[in-house]
Amino acid sequence: MNMKKVEQGIIEVIKKAETELPHDVIQALKKASKKETGIAKIQLDTILKNIEIAKTSHRPMCQDTGIQTFFVDVGIDFPYIKNIEKWIVQGVQQATNDIPLRPNTVDPFTGENHRDNTGDYVPYITWNFSEGTDVTIISLPKGGGSENMSKLGMLKPGVGMEGVKDFIVNEMIQAGGNPCPPTVVGIGIGGGADLSLKLGKKALLRPVGVRHKNTTIAAMEKELIKRINESGIGPMGLGGHTTVLDVHIEKAHRHPASLPVGIAVQCWADRRATLVIHQDLSWEVL
Amino acid sequence: MEYHLNLPLEKDIIKKLHIADILYVSGTIFTARDEAHHKMLGLKKTSLPFDPSSMGLFHCGPLMKKKAKGWQVISAGPTTSSRMEIFEDAFIDKFKVSIIIGKGGMGDRTKKALQKNHSVYTAYTGGAGALAADRIENVPAVYWLDELGMPEAVWIMNVKEFGPLVVAMDAHGASIYEKKK
Repeated sequence: MNMKKVEQGIIEVIKKAETELPHDVIQALKKASKKETGIAKIQLDTILKNIEIAKTSHRPMCQDTGIQTFFVDVGIDFPYIKNIEKWIVQGVQQATNDIPLRPNTVDPFTGENHRDNTGDYVPYITWNFSEGTDVTIISLPKGGGSENMSKLGMLKPGVGMEGVKDFIVNEMIQAGGNPCPPTVVGIGIGGGADLSLKLGKKALLRPVGVRHKNTTIAAMEKELIKRINESGIGPMGLGGHTTVLDVHIEKAHRHPASLPVGIAVQCWADRRATLVIHQDLSWEVL
Repeated sequence: MEYHLNLPLEKDIIKKLHIADILYVSGTIFTARDEAHHKMLGLKKTSLPFDPSSMGLFHCGPLMKKKAKGWQVISAGPTTSSRMEIFEDAFIDKFKVSIIIGKGGMGDRTKKALQKNHSVYTAYTGGAGALAADRIENVPAVYWLDELGMPEAVWIMNVKEFGPLVVAMDAHGASIYEKKK
């Protein structure tokens, strides 16, 4: 078993996420640039130029390389399940030096920086188990500026879906230029407090431009995109028609007394990359 | 209007600047986030190892790589400026910085301090860290690195044609963020 080789896969998936934006995001930014004029267009063109420099020079596109966040789907017949977490942690430590990544893990009590992007509960890993022999690891480096605009609303069920929409639109207007718009907004509706926020973050994994398969939810996504973009906040909050690139909603059943709405905000650097590890420990970054 | 200017900005130039102007600046800047603001406000101006009034203030926690000699800037875009709102009016009063480079905008206290001290707040495109790094020529010094860590330390950087910076809050009391609301 070549463990060193698998750790290299972890480093490569982080590197791809940090240095190359997914095609769907680049297309959405290009489309937005064509629509905008003046300062808004300057912001989008600066972003596009930056994306190109990061890709060709293999450097992180943003100095905030984020909290290392992974969504792991484990095939239950994969033979080395007990090694996966170790691979991820060691891969993150090595990637901090190799790519490099900014040391971003600080102890909330002492203020001390752990200097290798690991620490208590970090890297943050969400586990899912399914049939099969492969392990799929999605890297979603999460920046602090956008994370700071996260919101939880424990709404009264009586406000209904209109109340949910108003809450989301108002929060995104309040956020203004802080989360580096144009953003991708992930919304979780229902469940409990923690589940709604978790669903919001999971919703960020969906590619930009892909609508929910439930037509009612898809219609709400479209309405929210329109309403938030009509706010005029624009790229970087400097004015324009593009405040969000997309809004993705996921739902869970709720308690009769509760209507939780979790908002997870991703900056324009909607960084995502996928690693697949096979049972013979060969791997590829998609 | 588009301007190509040297740092620090002269008062008569600052008077000419209005929101929505575009700047490219050359000269020396220093990075300072929450921790550095807090630390510097607690120190005597004369005991600082550098002169902030001769430099631009950059809200940034850069990604740096140690080289055999000195440091290489890997990625260095702006951080969210609103976190520094609680310090900035006192900071501008004390250190007389002529220009702030950040992102996302700042509040009323900063707006008043900019007017009082004839300074400007400019926005650089958030997240455009690789592009910004390419405009940084060298890093002559870093202060409080061991104490504050890489993102929060004060990095001194020589920049050339650093921009595009959008004048977002000018010395006349105007803010682009209020106009858009």
